[in-house]
Amino acid sequence: MSEHPSYNYNVVRQFAVMTVIWGVLGMLVGVIIASQLAWPALNFDTPWFSFGRLRPLHTNLVIFAFGGCALMATSLYVVQRTSYARLISDSLASFVFWGWQLVMVLAVITLPMGMTSAKEYAELEWPIDILITVVWVAYAVLFFGTIVKRKTSHIYVANWFFGGFILTVAVLHVVNSMAVPVTMGKSYSMYAGTVDAMIQWWYGHNAVGFFLTAGFLGIMYYFIPKQAGRPIYSYRLSIVHFWALIAVYIWAGPHHLHYSALPDWTQSLGMAMSIILLAPSWGGMINGMMTLSGAWDKLRSDPVLKFLVVSLSFYGMATFEGPLMAIKTVNALSHNTDWTIGHVHSGALGWVAMISIGAIYHMIPKLFDKEQMYSVRLINVHFWLATAGTVIYIVAMWANGIFQQGAMWSAYNADGTLTYSFIESVIASHPGYVARAFGGFLFLIGMLVMTYNMFMTIYSKETQKSTATDAIGAAS
Amino acid sequence: MTSFWSAWIIVLTLGSIFGYVWLLLANRKTDTAPNEVKSHVFDGIEEYDNPLPMWWFYLFIVTIVAALIHLALYPGLGSFKGLLNWTSTQQHEERVAAKEANFQKHVEGFMAISPEELSKDFKAVKMGERIFKSNCSVCHGSDARGSFAFPDLTDNDWLYGGDAVSIKKTITDGRIALMPSWSAQLGGDMDNMVTFVQNLSSEGMEGQKTNPMYNKFQQVCSSCHGADAKGMQSTGAPNLTDDIWLYGGEHHEVKLTIQKGRNGQMPAHKDLLSEERIHLLTAFILSLNQSLE
Repeated sequence: MSEHPSYNYNVVRQFAVMTVIWGVLGMLVGVIIASQLAWPALNFDTPWFSFGRLRPLHTNLVIFAFGGCALMATSLYVVQRTSYARLISDSLASFVFWGWQLVMVLAVITLPMGMTSAKEYAELEWPIDILITVVWVAYAVLFFGTIVKRKTSHIYVANWFFGGFILTVAVLHVVNSMAVPVTMGKSYSMYAGTVDAMIQWWYGHNAVGFFLTAGFLGIMYYFIPKQAGRPIYSYRLSIVHFWALIAVYIWAGPHHLHYSALPDWTQSLGMAMSIILLAPSWGGMINGMMTLSGAWDKLRSDPVLKFLVVSLSFYGMATFEGPLMAIKTVNALSHNTDWTIGHVHSGALGWVAMISIGAIYHMIPKLFDKEQMYSVRLINVHFWLATAGTVIYIVAMWANGIFQQGAMWSAYNADGTLTYSFIESVIASHPGYVARAFGGFLFLIGMLVMTYNMFMTIYSKETQKSTATDAIGAAS
Repeated sequence: MTSFWSAWIIVLTLGSIFGYVWLLLANRKTDTAPNEVKSHVFDGIEEYDNPLPMWWFYLFIVTIVAALIHLALYPGLGSFKGLLNWTSTQQHEERVAAKEANFQKHVEGFMAISPEELSKDFKAVKMGERIFKSNCSVCHGSDARGSFAFPDLTDNDWLYGGDAVSIKKTITDGRIALMPSWSAQLGGDMDNMVTFVQNLSSEGMEGQKTNPMYNKFQQVCSSCHGADAKGMQSTGAPNLTDDIWLYGGEHHEVKLTIQKGRNGQMPAHKDLLSEERIHLLTAFILSLNQSLE
């Protein structure tokens, strides 16, 4: 394989391939735990295979391994191509890649062993937290160092979002992971009680806001105009919604703690800011969608563009649903129900996974110097599996969350007693759990199709470029 | 909170919100020709400088106004209580009081009727069943048939007595049962004693009089379980002759109980459930056992 003359594509290739592999593994664990909820016998009475230990493994793998690799692959690709500059250091890039893989391998080992800090989405114990910090700082130096070296006067909008995501995640991770170590495998949070809960959800909500939203908007701002061959709809809108998004998101954490021991004023303030968050979130969707206007015909023939557009639709839906669920009266119905799980997955499957998948399909042929993906037909198959899987998943969780849980839990008899016992709502939720496992299974099958397609693109002779186009490719 | 921190919150919050308004207004350009391209190009990507979509601009303004109204009505700005004087504690208390008033209407007259009588009243039993499902089913099962270490309430076998007064006391004050460990006292006789205890269900004490364990049982076990092994309700020691096993009747299960002892606990519910609810629960539990009498 010929090396790109001016950019470091090696690290991007590594991250891109691992995105797909971690995606398959993370979603496989997802299908397993979804099946355990539907058929509890699948826990096999084994501690390390039980839902309680596999659930954090699922979230860590899909967010930080799959999502993290997708973000690192795309950000390191985009920052080079839009700054017209090679990454500042190949060895630092290599360190970031192998360091991040080590973190994820340690997650696969320690979480099933039961080592956990018990903080949601931050379960990894303190030695791994320190490793994450070191790798993250290296990643930041690599990214911002390359920005500094850029040959353009402006910084491209995608890089604002990547930059915002890298800086904020560093702050969130360090502050939330502060702990008193007891042994190598156990530590206790530095914060106590309600303060601990508030720090945790300040972290948790902004892991969503910056890792899973701002970072992936960075992907959107490069790959949608690039794949559609259209200019960005509005530079002005990107400025306003970027600053508004990062300024408002950071306030919204308390809506995870409605009707808790958190003081009333903090809850109300979090709710007010969550409502304001709607427009800044939608700014990105509008800019992406309007960028496509004039190129809608391409959707018929280009399944990669389909992934990108559908991901924006799910993004718009999830960011409308979020502020809605942050309203206290709605939250009283939705909190602790499967509605929350459905909301998260319309973001995670519909938005985060689909835009990553689209970006990876866009990059793979370019990274491996191929004409195009091995099979466009299989991208189409993947698209329909992913879309059907996501829709089945979300609808099952809405039905469970709103009717079998939210409504059943709050139903009272005339005498003031609860109409249903908890177990009755669990029984009523069973069909939804089966449907959810099926939706997730479809999504996983799609990822396997992608894995096959990716490796065939890389290794098959059929995708080889002719010598003439090779020269053009090298020049681009 | 101190007035400093209150001011800190108010200034930061309102400052941020007005910052968003400024950001919106400062970048609101309506006079550009549509699709005017900015001068910079990145990797072949151009950018238009279209104005902010009108509907999006107003959506942003509407949410900001909604948030400000919310912060005026409800607590949020530091120690300012909000114009409605709303607190979540008060909301909770009001709702509980409303439900309680409704409940009192339904139980009117029930307290004057004995649980034995009430256990034949369809409405009272139904209410008791609902209270049971919300509060008791976690341990005793939604069918009240219990599970390992939690007694079956439908079999007319009672650890602490099955009359209304005893049941009420069990619910109100809870029960603590303590079976000590007998490893040291039994020594090498452990397995023989386990078999002896298991055989009590079929042969009773009388049938095993010649068993060498008979005397051992009288020395070690009878002070709680009785000379006839039929248990003692004052201490909650179970009847060992009825083939009902709280902690399992298999050899290894009985052995574990004798070796390590058991500590069964029924929590007191006097602070969790009102007197009326305990009254109805008692009637419900009595009703479960009536068909057996």
